[in-house]
Amino acid sequence: MIRNSTPHRPFMIRSLMALASVIASLSCAVMPAQAQEPLRATVNQGVIEPLPIAIKIDSAATNASGNLGTQISKVVMADLERSGFFRPIDPNAFIQSQLDVNVTPNFENWRTINAQALSNGMAFIDGQGRLQVDFRLWDVFSEKQLLGMSFTATPENYRRIAHKIADAIYEKLTGEEGYFDTRIVFVAESGGRAKRIKRLAIMDQDGANPSYLTDGSYKVMTPRFNADSQEITYMALRDDSARIYIFNIETGRQETVGQIKGMVFAPRFSPDGSKLAYSVAQGGNTDIYVMDLRSRSTRRLTTESSIETSPSFSADGSTIVFTSDRGGSPQIYAMNADGSGIRRITFGGGSYSTPVYSPKGDLIAFTKQSSGRFSIGVMGADGSGERLLTSSYLEEGPTWAPNGRYIMFFREPPGGMPSLWTVDVTGRVERAVPYPGGASDPAWSPRLK
Amino acid sequence: MIITPKSILKLALVTFVSASVVACASKPKEEPVAPMPEPVPTPAPMPEAAPTPAPTAPVGVIPGSQQDFVVNVGDRVYFDLDQSGLREDAKALLDAQAAWLVRYPAVKIRIEGNADERGTREYNFALGARRAESVSQYLTQKGVVPARISTISYGKENPLDTTASEDGWAKNRNAKTTLTEGAQ
Repeated sequence: MIRNSTPHRPFMIRSLMALASVIASLSCAVMPAQAQEPLRATVNQGVIEPLPIAIKIDSAATNASGNLGTQISKVVMADLERSGFFRPIDPNAFIQSQLDVNVTPNFENWRTINAQALSNGMAFIDGQGRLQVDFRLWDVFSEKQLLGMSFTATPENYRRIAHKIADAIYEKLTGEEGYFDTRIVFVAESGGRAKRIKRLAIMDQDGANPSYLTDGSYKVMTPRFNADSQEITYMALRDDSARIYIFNIETGRQETVGQIKGMVFAPRFSPDGSKLAYSVAQGGNTDIYVMDLRSRSTRRLTTESSIETSPSFSADGSTIVFTSDRGGSPQIYAMNADGSGIRRITFGGGSYSTPVYSPKGDLIAFTKQSSGRFSIGVMGADGSGERLLTSSYLEEGPTWAPNGRYIMFFREPPGGMPSLWTVDVTGRVERAVPYPGGASDPAWSPRLK
Repeated sequence: MIITPKSILKLALVTFVSASVVACASKPKEEPVAPMPEPVPTPAPMPEAAPTPAPTAPVGVIPGSQQDFVVNVGDRVYFDLDQSGLREDAKALLDAQAAWLVRYPAVKIRIEGNADERGTREYNFALGARRAESVSQYLTQKGVVPARISTISYGKENPLDTTASEDGWAKNRNAKTTLTEGAQ
C-alpha cells in the first residue's frame, strides 16, 4: 500500500577554512582600497530590483543527464530566480569561460556583463565516490570574497547540494534564512473532476524528485508537517469514513490517530510535535479538539453549535487560530491553546478561512472569499493590516516557507486541474511551482538537516 | 379523510411500486441490482427507453432495490448556498424517502453531505456534515430508526456537476442517500 519515499540522506557541510584563508590573503593583494556598501539584495522595501548574479559551477563529472556542474548551476539559478531577489545571468553571456575555484576571478570580465555577484565552483567525485562541490561567492565590484564553502553528498543527491549552495548565497546576500533545501508534501491529483484520485506525495521545493506515499485507493487531503521531525499528518477520506493519520517519511510507517467517533479532519501538529489539533464532525456539528500524542488523551476546545475547523498553532504553541461561522459567515478567530479567550480577528467584507501562523508568529496567512473570487492574504497576528497577495477563481491552502517570506498555495482554474504556486509576502513575486501534474494542499517542510 | 399533497404522493408511489411489481412478475430472472457505492450521475428518467434487444420483455425496476429508490423516489435533496436547512422541495422528497424506507425496514442508508467548490476544503467538510445531519434528523422524525442511518460529508470532493457555473454549483450542494445494506 505504501511506497517507499526517498530516504533522507545525511549531508555534510564543511567550510573551506584553510582554502578560504589563502584566497583571502590573495584577495587582499588585489582588493582596491575603496569604501563600499556591502553587496545586498534589497529586502522589505519598495519594488525588488533583482540582483544580477553569475553562477558557474564547473565539473569534469557527468551523470546520465550530462555535466554535473552544469546541472548544479541550473538548479542554483532556478532557485535564486524564483526567490525574486536575483536575476541569474545567461551563461552564454559569460566572457570568462575558464575559472579556477582556487584563483581569484578576473572581475573586469564579470563587471562587463553587469554581474554584481559571481559564484564559481568545482564539482568532482572524491576518493570515496562522493560528490564534492567547492564554491565561492564574490562581490564583483568590491572584488571581495563573500563565501567559500564545500558540500559533499552522494552523486545522485546533486540537487540537494545545489539547494544548499542556493541557500548559502541567498542568506549571504539577503540576510534572511534560506529555504531552498526543503520539501513539499502535497496531494497529487489525477483523473476527472468527478472521480479525482488524490494521493499523498512529496517532492523537493522546486518540484523535482516527486514520489507518491499512498496508492490512491482512498483520497488523501490536507497534509501537514511536524516542524520537529519527518512526520506528516493528513486526512483520508473513504466512502464511509474520514480519519486522520500520522505518517513517518523516513520509516514509511503509517498509523491512524485514535478511534474517534464521527468524521475527523483538519489535523495539525503543535509546534513541538507533542499534540495534534483537529476537527470532529458529530451530529452535524464540527468542533476543534486537541490530542496529546503521548497519552492519547483528548480535549474538546470549542463547544458552540457553529462550525469550528482549520486550527493552526502559533509558533510558541500558546494560541490557536481557526475558522468559525459562529457570527453567520466563515471568519477567523483566535483562542488560547486551552480553548479559553475566543476572539474574532477578521472583520473585513467577505469570508475568511484556513488561517496559518507564520513560522515567526508575527503574521497569519489566510484564504479570503469575496465578490466571487478567492484570495490568499496575510495579516498581523491580531488581524490588523490585511494585505491580499493573489486572487483568482479558486485558490486556497496557504503554507509558509520556513523563513516566513514565501507562501505556497494551490490554484484551480474553472473545471481544471489544481496547481501549486508561491508568492512572497509583498505579493510581488509570484511563481508556479514546476510540477507537471495536478497538485493541491501543499505543506512546506522545515529545513532539512 | 383529508387528502394532503403528501398523501397523494404516497398513494402515487404505492401505485407505482405495485405496478412495477406486476411488471417484474412476468420477467424470468434479472440480476439484482447491487447497491452502488458511487453516485449515479443523473437518474435515468424511465427504464422504458432501453434501446437494444428484448423488445417484448419490459425492463422493470426491482422493488426495494437501489434502482427503485433512485428512480421512483429520488436519492438527492438540494440546498441553498452555504445553507443546511431543508427547502420545501427537499422535505417532499424526504417524505417519499422515509415512506420507502419504512416499507423496506432491512435497508440501511448512508447520507452523504456535499458542497459546491465555492468554499475552502475543510469548511466544506463541516458544511456537508451539517447537510447530512439535516437529512438524517428529518428521516428520523418521519419514522426511520436512527440505527439504520449513518452520515458522512464528502465536502466538495465528489461533485455531481463539474461545470463551473451557478447551475453546476447548485447541483453540487446536496445530500445523497445511498443504500448500504438490505436493498433487493
